Amino acid sequence: MHIAIIGNGISGVTAARFIRKLSDHKITIISAETEYFFSRTALMYIYMGHMRFKDTQPYEPWFWEKNRIDLVKDYVNNIDFNAKKLEFQSGSALSYDKLILATGSDSNKFGWPGQDLDGVHGLYSYQDLEAMERCSKGLKRAVIVGGGLIGIEMAEMFHSRNIPVTFLVRENSYWSNVLPKEESNIINKHIKENHIDLRLETELKEILPDANGKVRAVITNKGEEIACGFVGLTAGVHPNISFLKNTTLETHRGILVDNFLKTNIKDVYAIGDCAQIRTPKPGRRPVEAIWYTGRMMGETVAYNICGHPTEYDPGIWFNSAKFFDIEYQVYGYVPAEMPDEMETIYWAHPDGRKSIRLNFDKKEKHILGFNLMGVRYRHEVCEKWLREKTSIETVLQNLGMANFDPEFYEEYESEVIDIYNKKTNSNIALKRKRGLKGIFSFLKSNG
Amino acid sequence: MNNSNLSIAHSESDLNGKQKIGLALVGIGLLALLIAWAGAGASAPLAFLLVAFFGFAIGGLLFAHASYQDKIPGIKNNGVYHKSISARGIIAWILAILITGFYICLYWFPAYIEGLIRMHDPLSQVLRNKPADQWFTYGTFYTVAVLIMGIKFIYKYRHNTYQIIRTISVMCFQLLLAYLLPAFLATMNQPEAYFTYFWPLDSYALRPEWFGWNDPASVGMIGYIIIISGILLPFVVTPILTYLYGKRWYCSWVCGCGGLAETAGDPFRQLSDKSLTAWKIERWMIYAVLVAITLLTILLWVNHQTHNELLGSITEPYKKTYGFLIASMFSGVIGVGFYPIMGSRVWCRFGCPMAALLGLQQKFFSRFRITANGGQCISCGNCSTYCEMGIDVRAYAQRGQDIVRASCVGCGICAAVCPRGVLRLENAADDVNNRTKDIRTMHISKEGISIPM
Repeated sequence: MHIAIIGNGISGVTAARFIRKLSDHKITIISAETEYFFSRTALMYIYMGHMRFKDTQPYEPWFWEKNRIDLVKDYVNNIDFNAKKLEFQSGSALSYDKLILATGSDSNKFGWPGQDLDGVHGLYSYQDLEAMERCSKGLKRAVIVGGGLIGIEMAEMFHSRNIPVTFLVRENSYWSNVLPKEESNIINKHIKENHIDLRLETELKEILPDANGKVRAVITNKGEEIACGFVGLTAGVHPNISFLKNTTLETHRGILVDNFLKTNIKDVYAIGDCAQIRTPKPGRRPVEAIWYTGRMMGETVAYNICGHPTEYDPGIWFNSAKFFDIEYQVYGYVPAEMPDEMETIYWAHPDGRKSIRLNFDKKEKHILGFNLMGVRYRHEVCEKWLREKTSIETVLQNLGMANFDPEFYEEYESEVIDIYNKKTNSNIALKRKRGLKGIFSFLKSNG
Repeated sequence: MNNSNLSIAHSESDLNGKQKIGLALVGIGLLALLIAWAGAGASAPLAFLLVAFFGFAIGGLLFAHASYQDKIPGIKNNGVYHKSISARGIIAWILAILITGFYICLYWFPAYIEGLIRMHDPLSQVLRNKPADQWFTYGTFYTVAVLIMGIKFIYKYRHNTYQIIRTISVMCFQLLLAYLLPAFLATMNQPEAYFTYFWPLDSYALRPEWFGWNDPASVGMIGYIIIISGILLPFVVTPILTYLYGKRWYCSWVCGCGGLAETAGDPFRQLSDKSLTAWKIERWMIYAVLVAITLLTILLWVNHQTHNELLGSITEPYKKTYGFLIASMFSGVIGVGFYPIMGSRVWCRFGCPMAALLGLQQKFFSRFRITANGGQCISCGNCSTYCEMGIDVRAYAQRGQDIVRASCVGCGICAAVCPRGVLRLENAADDVNNRTKDIRTMHISKEGISIPM
């Protein structure tokens, strides 16, 4: 059986790796972007000079041959679903028995005047990075539009080369549709202390060209004109499925798939950013353009193709990011706006760059989520507490177990407990400090 | 990939005023060294010594302060691959040739660096009561490099308590035990013992002569301390500490080679080769050196006991060859001279017999490992890139697998540069024999998704 995978990102490559583990099927990965898989999340580090492009490739070139995964660098113009055939830009074609669509995302453009000018780019693909590099020489100012994860990455990238940045954020606080107010404020301050010109509640209205059709300036919704040589469009991404429109494949925002990641066409699957789950699990979105879910879908689709029907279940929510010098981790349910049935304990360090938040159920008193800024927590421990709906007091007493900061780092768990004690008039104390000892028995225990 | 256009030098021109003054002072120090080397060191040793020392010390510290202190604490690797010195550019090659040339003179042609040696006479008189020789000169350069670059490293990682404590440790061991104590022993007319180097790294330790068996009466109190520590350190202290904390207690906390690599070598750590081929070469080479030094030690003892009757004819040439190839060429010339080209741990990774021995224990009988944090890895590659030992840390981290590698010196930089908080250096006794078996990444199974334990 020949399995073709369109897209060599984390989803497609994880699928290929697990299909190889589970079977002897012929596997072909097709990508027009790069010859080899690289970590998309590491693009910023290439620009900043932390790594070379080849350092972002998790596998050496021999890996693909050794694992008999064929790589094709070409663009798929058309898919003949009836004949099970891919037609490439180069003119050649490839037949498949099963097809996995892992085509990823594209940067959002909301019809702004001037959005296709020279010097206007998103940051998603390797080509986007090359474009940023081309535009950086002699660049006097960059304007970034969109207050999410990619926007702040782009700001950090330009900042690393001392290129001034104006950062337009539509909301009244950075990433405030995801981060609770306090954490969002930490990042606002951090953006400003990095000398980024942060403009909250400001939107892009128009991008102005110079005589050569290159970006000259932007105009904001407040009527201000900001001179710049580069505009970064980072107002989110959408599934990259334009080449699939007008086919028999059912799509909406993304390619519609059932819980086994099957599309409406037999033997065709979709995973990662480009997939839209018809009936997502409670609390989850139908399209989740996230590294981790892409990886999980890749593994799930491999099971389904290799004869072990497995439902896609992304498990308990987790994510992470880094905003300039502040690391961020989240486990479980941490909404931006606190629902009525939720109670929260929030601790912040006086240095303004660290915080710990624990959310729990007001009535049942069990843990709901962890939100960390500048402090690392252990995934397995948090997940077990969340899965078992452990009581907040048990979690607090053992909170040291979750701490994943390096040795000799100060531990703040007892300060978190103090806040809880004051808030609830309780008198509980920290029983466990950081360290691997004890974690093993906890993780292996049942219930 | 047309990656070349992604590595144009940007950052070099972005030096601020204080950094420029710092570099100018370092330049003056360097100039003083050059003039002293050319011969003036003999005529006005103190003047050149002071200018060189203060040029490097004040200039270096000013540069470090200006580079990091005004910035927000965090990982400061911007431009590492854009700068000539840290990306194998022309400056890196010039530096490599200079250091290599210095080592060649030091080992085989000390007459050519006579000016530099004479420059150290005043210091040597104060510390050791006798004129300088090439080894005192070398020790001074080495110690000053560890101290100045150590302080720079501490500035760079001032948010990271583990890095600060570890660096203070290597600086103290170098200054006190590897520099001042041997000098002090010299003033007492005692052998200049280096307590941070012992068998098998010190190829002259555990030799029959050391034990004074030819003339037991000549062994003084210090001599007995040297002999006893020479036995206790490798065979009692080392196994215990390595069991408890992994080989890091030595390689990145105590050892002088490690001390230089972690401080002066830090700007070059990313240059280590991460390929599988390099790992294969490493495993052959490092254990071959361990076998070679073991054989040498056995030969010396057999010879001693049989009064050179058995194997006497091959022992001396073998000893000379080991000394030339391993102790001088490998650990010195290549080990340090090639920092700017092959990274800071070439000797530690491919040659050091001590690292080989500690590594075997770390792999099979130690509580130490680096844990990966569940499913948080994004395969970005920062950990692997900045691993000075060339370990492909990411290969384990992205599978959620604990990292147990013989070569890991526990410097902790992988955990520091990780942007997602995935890695942690840890010790635990519970699972010494199956540390690598648990793969705790997010995993799919028929039962659903979980992190297996």
